[in-house]
Amino acid sequence: MDFYDKDLVSIRDLDREKIEYILDLSKKMVPYARGEKVKRALDGKILGNLFFEPSTRTKLSFESAAHRLGCDVIDVSEMSMTSISKGENLADTIRMVDAYCDAIVLRHPYEGAARLAADVSENPVINAGDGAGSHPTQTLLDLFTMREAKGSLDGLNVVLVGDLKYGRTVHSLAEALTMFGVRLTLVAPESLQMPQDIVDRLRNKGCNPKKTTVLEDAIPQADVLYVTRIQKERFPDPAEYQKIAGTYRIDNSILRSAKSDMIVMHPLPRVNEIATEVDSTPHARYFQQAFNGVPVRMAILCSIMGGKIDD
Amino acid sequence: MTDPTQIADIKIPPIRNGTVIDHIANGQALNVLKILGVNESNIDSTISIGMHVPTHKGTAKWKDVVKLEDRELDPDSVDKIALIAPDATIAIIRDFYVAEKYQVQLGDRVVGLVRCSNPNCITNKGEPVTPEFYVEGRNPPRLRCVYCDRMLSKISDNLL
Repeated sequence: MDFYDKDLVSIRDLDREKIEYILDLSKKMVPYARGEKVKRALDGKILGNLFFEPSTRTKLSFESAAHRLGCDVIDVSEMSMTSISKGENLADTIRMVDAYCDAIVLRHPYEGAARLAADVSENPVINAGDGAGSHPTQTLLDLFTMREAKGSLDGLNVVLVGDLKYGRTVHSLAEALTMFGVRLTLVAPESLQMPQDIVDRLRNKGCNPKKTTVLEDAIPQADVLYVTRIQKERFPDPAEYQKIAGTYRIDNSILRSAKSDMIVMHPLPRVNEIATEVDSTPHARYFQQAFNGVPVRMAILCSIMGGKIDD
Repeated sequence: MTDPTQIADIKIPPIRNGTVIDHIANGQALNVLKILGVNESNIDSTISIGMHVPTHKGTAKWKDVVKLEDRELDPDSVDKIALIAPDATIAIIRDFYVAEKYQVQLGDRVVGLVRCSNPNCITNKGEPVTPEFYVEGRNPPRLRCVYCDRMLSKISDNLL
């Protein structure tokens, strides 16, 4: 599979075959990600980790993935520490970092930043989230988590709940799931439903998502319940936020009607949309999902930077 | 019964030399003038404008027409017109006769003609980058930003 030296900017850069290749390789990476096996597949390589926006899981899991493979990491995590604070544009910053490393991971507050970086960089660029735009490595680890839990992605009933309008993870996840014949249900208040142009794109790919505002109706059929955070700042009226946030809160009571093997996922951080009592149920899969960021990002780094892992 | 398009010809007099932009979507004539950069200080020949003119073409009942005397269009202007008036035709007139006539046409990509309507797009943040769009629909034109992946809203408001 030809990933070497290629950018990963959007999940649309990948077809089903490429996604499955990454998921298969991610599975092989799990013992290495846990430290049970050691392979310095990227020994001598340097990864540039540029995070111009706060991140815990994505930044640390990329660093952990690189270190597990013996790859050195140089990083920037505050704009104030760079020449951007002196007025340097992103394009020049990328050109400079490009000269210091073999691949660049970029998190940036502006949509399209990763595509611009990929245009100007000689080395491959991996998008770690650009504003409200794409976050393809999150999508891949979400798919990996679902496949590991359910055995296959084909024909799953996936319910996406929460902020489907602004949440960047759900747009690319929904699009990727259409490649696997998944049945989608979109649960959100009208004001936070998935944008129509994304829904149209899903329909063009043969998926006709069901929309509802009532979470309870969607739970009994669900194989996967993917929960996202509803952000307080989207609501001018705090009372309206409290009302909506309360409606979509997942707790043990609402999960009583769920299938016994239904899994609950969340890209984290959660605030209070999943009660902590759910953590100890077999449904909870969000911490496993966070761990899966490491093997999946190891698979991505290895494929793009030219590392080899034995079976 | 009198042909309404003949009435239109009477209302908008023929030109000796220049360009006729016909079948402009109803209400877009002033945006076409904006694309052509027409303002009070740079007009040195006659421009005739017909707005809300009857037409038989396609399903449209009304169209706009712009006639420019002694002027031919550059390719960038023609491409921009295609963005707001995808059915428009361009006729080059020489000595009252149509020397050349063609329909405007959008390619697969639009480069440097419009800005992205997403204020948080990297192309609107002072970076050295030319806005670029995939053409996802031609009539009406639907453009998706190559960089931020958003659909462009209100093309006529975002012409460069």
